[in-house]
Amino acid sequence: MTQNKKELAVAALRNGTVIDRVPCGALFQAVRILGIEKMTNNVTIGNNLSSRHLGTKGIIKVADVEFPEDVLNRIALIAPHAKINIIRDYEVVEKRPVALPDEIVGIVRCGNPKCITNNEPMRTRFWVTDRDNVTIRCHYCGHTVKAGDAIID
Amino acid sequence: MNTNSLVSIDDISRDEILDLIERARFFEEHPNHKILDGKVVATLFFEPSTRTRLSFETAVNRLGGRIIGFSDASTTSSSKGETLKDTIKMVSNYVDLIIMRHYLEGAARYATEVTETPVINAGDGANQHPSQTMLDLYSIYKTQGTLENLTITMVGDLKYGRTVHSLLMALRYFNPTFRFVACDELRMPKEYRDFCDANGIRYTEHTEFDAEVLADTDILYMTRVQRERFSDIMEYERVKNLYTLRNDMLEDTKPNLRVLHPLPRVNEIDRDVDDNPKAYYFEQARNGLFARQAIICKALGIDIYKEAES
Repeated sequence: MTQNKKELAVAALRNGTVIDRVPCGALFQAVRILGIEKMTNNVTIGNNLSSRHLGTKGIIKVADVEFPEDVLNRIALIAPHAKINIIRDYEVVEKRPVALPDEIVGIVRCGNPKCITNNEPMRTRFWVTDRDNVTIRCHYCGHTVKAGDAIID
Repeated sequence: MNTNSLVSIDDISRDEILDLIERARFFEEHPNHKILDGKVVATLFFEPSTRTRLSFETAVNRLGGRIIGFSDASTTSSSKGETLKDTIKMVSNYVDLIIMRHYLEGAARYATEVTETPVINAGDGANQHPSQTMLDLYSIYKTQGTLENLTITMVGDLKYGRTVHSLLMALRYFNPTFRFVACDELRMPKEYRDFCDANGIRYTEHTEFDAEVLADTDILYMTRVQRERFSDIMEYERVKNLYTLRNDMLEDTKPNLRVLHPLPRVNEIDRDVDDNPKAYYFEQARNGLFARQAIICKALGIDIYKEAES
């Protein structure tokens, strides 16, 4: 019963998407990357909740929306252990981890001020070069950065 | 997709490197081979680089092509705020090939994404300069008769020197042994040492530049130690003369050893080395012409041997 009460600390969802196990420090970045700020749906955001896996975690619940997989995977850069739950009629119908794509377009700004992407109106492109340490490399200038230090637009 | 472009030495395979060397050799024998008749080439130099531009323009001229372009971006629309994309798209309407130099890193890669016209990168900031690497490889091949199993000693600025990084990457196909000679502040970066480890490339690191490190060297690749690279000027003053090649250091070296330097040289090679038969840096610059003729024809998809017969 206590377990149930804990889960209900954040309002239950009838239909929609729950993004769980987001690191606290990355929660608001994740919100921004997913474009949730501009949504008119019912959105619940919780942070610093206790987590068995992370110690503390953030959680995002968005009612009546199922995001395309490639959109959700964009947050893998900052929340590599995030879990996606798809809810239909109060039931979790699908539960899966986010997957880091091979290529990241947009989102990250290159940290090299002399990179063409910081001087020309264009989208950035990065390749994931090391999945274990989540390291990405600029497609244009070759500048390498760890995802934790990456500048997210 | 723009496939004939040459943006980075990492984009080309072992076979393509060897093919370009063969073509460079062909052009050394036939420097005035007029196979670019009717072709117009743009040399877009958004930052000045006289040496590189003259070499490329000589290559086009000797092949019988025509050139348009600029040698300084301050005289162009980019000084009015035109984007690189717009400049490249506009020039693409006129020419068969674009040779570009830019002060921003990644500029050439981006250019290939906005045009179908082939692009040759003549240097993009501190990033890539593949025609320099090809002329280095051709010089090594010419002086040693092979690229395989050589011991290459790199001296000077191994941290920021883009030519040594590109050469290291390109030689990965040819079982090299490297000797890296530099002060701690200009040491070969970890990413390239990791690259060597991952590719099974042997290397040793040295802070002393002496006869011992040269004993088994086939190619001595010198680079300039620049004052502006140092955070501590005292450190620069301390090391600036430690990595200078003196003529007497070459006495007991292998007879096939050749000294390379991407130029310009300041004081890292003593003037009396110039007359030593092991000095090769001026001929190396000349090889740039043939290497660039080869790169230009490859980018244009011209079969030079077929054209030579007809």
